[in-house]
Amino acid sequence: MLGTLNRLLWTLVRGVLRAVPTLVGVVVVSFLLMQAAPGDAADVMAGESGTSTVETMAILRARFGLDQPVLTQFVGFVANLAHFSLGRSPRWDVPVADLILARLPDTLLLMGSALGFAVVLGIGLGAVMASFVNRWPDRILSVVTLLFYSVPGFWTGLMAILIFSVGLGLLPSGGSQTIAAGLTGWDRVWDVAAHLVLPAAALSTFFVAVYARLTRAAMLEVQGQDYVRTATAKGLHPIVVATRHVLRNALVPVTTVAGLHVGSLLGGAMVIETVFSWPGLGRLAFEAVMKRDFSVLLGILVVSSVVVVVVDVLVDLLHAALDPRIEGHGHG
Amino acid sequence: MIDPTAAARRPPLFALEGLEVSFPGRPVVRGLDLSVAEGETVALVGESGCGKSTTALAAMRLLPRSGRIDAGRIAFEGRDLAVLSPAELRDLRGRRLAMIFQEPMTSLNPVLTIGRQIAEVLIRHEHLSRRAARARAIELLDLVRIAEPHRRIDDHPHRLSGGMRQRVMIAIAVACRPKLLFADEPTTALDVTIQAQVLDLLDRLRRDLGMALVLITHDLGVVAQYADRVVVMYAGHKVEEATTAELFARPLHPYTRGLLAAAPRLDTGLHHSEGRLAEIPGAPDGGVDHPGCAFAPRCPEVRADCRVTPPRPLAIGDRLVACPPAVASAPRANAMRGAHDAVG
Repeated sequence: MLGTLNRLLWTLVRGVLRAVPTLVGVVVVSFLLMQAAPGDAADVMAGESGTSTVETMAILRARFGLDQPVLTQFVGFVANLAHFSLGRSPRWDVPVADLILARLPDTLLLMGSALGFAVVLGIGLGAVMASFVNRWPDRILSVVTLLFYSVPGFWTGLMAILIFSVGLGLLPSGGSQTIAAGLTGWDRVWDVAAHLVLPAAALSTFFVAVYARLTRAAMLEVQGQDYVRTATAKGLHPIVVATRHVLRNALVPVTTVAGLHVGSLLGGAMVIETVFSWPGLGRLAFEAVMKRDFSVLLGILVVSSVVVVVVDVLVDLLHAALDPRIEGHGHG
Repeated sequence: MIDPTAAARRPPLFALEGLEVSFPGRPVVRGLDLSVAEGETVALVGESGCGKSTTALAAMRLLPRSGRIDAGRIAFEGRDLAVLSPAELRDLRGRRLAMIFQEPMTSLNPVLTIGRQIAEVLIRHEHLSRRAARARAIELLDLVRIAEPHRRIDDHPHRLSGGMRQRVMIAIAVACRPKLLFADEPTTALDVTIQAQVLDLLDRLRRDLGMALVLITHDLGVVAQYADRVVVMYAGHKVEEATTAELFARPLHPYTRGLLAAAPRLDTGLHHSEGRLAEIPGAPDGGVDHPGCAFAPRCPEVRADCRVTPPRPLAIGDRLVACPPAVASAPRANAMRGAHDAVG
């Protein structure tokens, strides 16, 4: 088993090394994009107060460093990053990192639940479809996944609120917990879970469809492999053959795509957070755009890309664990 | 080697009776009879596409989805595998009946260690604990002559050479001491030096474990060395069956004679510089549009009635030939010995 550990360690080192240039690229490109956007926080603040003069706006800009040349601002931003700081928000007048860290757990919870739900249900449905290929369970599920695939998440979310919250009154329609209920322990967990069900389900429908179709295709391909015939020739039960021999091999392509989808899951989370008034990063980003608070937006971009890169490394690790042919180091 | 006449008198361990297998729109095995006695090695020979592999897959009920057994019995230990329930079939596969395949490179699961893949069949059929199955797996790796089995057992297949993978396949196949092993071109994908080792291993295990072996091959050198009896197939039909010695001494069917002539031999002193290697003109699936003999379009000795009457296998002594003209011109002594059979 030492070989497996060694392999995983090498995969980890390689993944981290590869992540560094990616993050540098993200920082540079995001910063330039922010500079290209019209307007700034001072414009919005001035507009809201209604009594601003050119002088007060100049003071505001000077205070947040918005009047500095682009290069100076960039150097300042990078210097901050080197100290694990994302700067201060002009709009909220608190460190950007505090704003983001306050929202990050809720977004990660939503994304993680949606991804977990999508992977488990998607792989499960895909396995059933592949086992009953071209028979009625496969045909019915094909239609269902096609629906999941084509209906936008926000519509699913609205319909879910209409049915489960408004109609049946089973689940809360928004927020991430009951406000000021002062719940603790398991009561709190239960409360958050109840709030989580609808948004996580709405966010995952598209991904359930993607993983189900992918798993079906991958399993059908693996089913034709010689080693599956070998497994059958051993006298194994079809369920054992399907899980131990077919699914395990089919998971390799599925995990690759699942990892790639984490980025789009983050994008989808913004829409769902708005529908369910979920206090996450997505809504913070939306507010930051509306208030032209680009330091917050930049911070969110950097943090989300770190999340995506971390997930990418984790997927590589999972890959290496699933497929022994992936060697961490080039030779071997 | 087992005395073939003694083997013939014993009730067969395994018998195909009138087996017909087809893929959509294409019959592949047509009315095949085949019997295998306990401990016997029967070689199934013929060109690619003649239905040898399909016969073995059908016997194990491992045909791909599109393949169908249309007719016939597959008798094994008093049961008909052709109509056995999936559960009964699973109980036999890997325990009483086993098979190894042509492609050792792809026949092992790439994501599981070889130890697990061997242990799996022991846990399934002998209900061993994981630990006991692992210990047995190490013994089996040793049995198939893999060096340092206790270290190799945790390797994944991609770490092993083709020859070693085929040994692992053999270890899996013989793990539960089956009575019958199908070996579908077990050495075709291996290089020549390894071929002999793997075949010797199979032959030794057959003797030691008392199992019968159905050896599917197109290599007549392999047949001559390892088989007790040979069944020659052509386009899904059995065209000739004889003990190995008799077949090589006096091939009767024109197709068998062609096969033997096409095999390169050193003892004739024939080198490509001195003479051309013989070949059978045409290809086996030449689209037979007459009711007669499938080999007729390629047969050098074809007669008019060959294309009209389907040739029935006729017995000459203890051999069978599906070619009336060949039977007629066979040496008299043999023909007399089997006369009463030949009439029927």
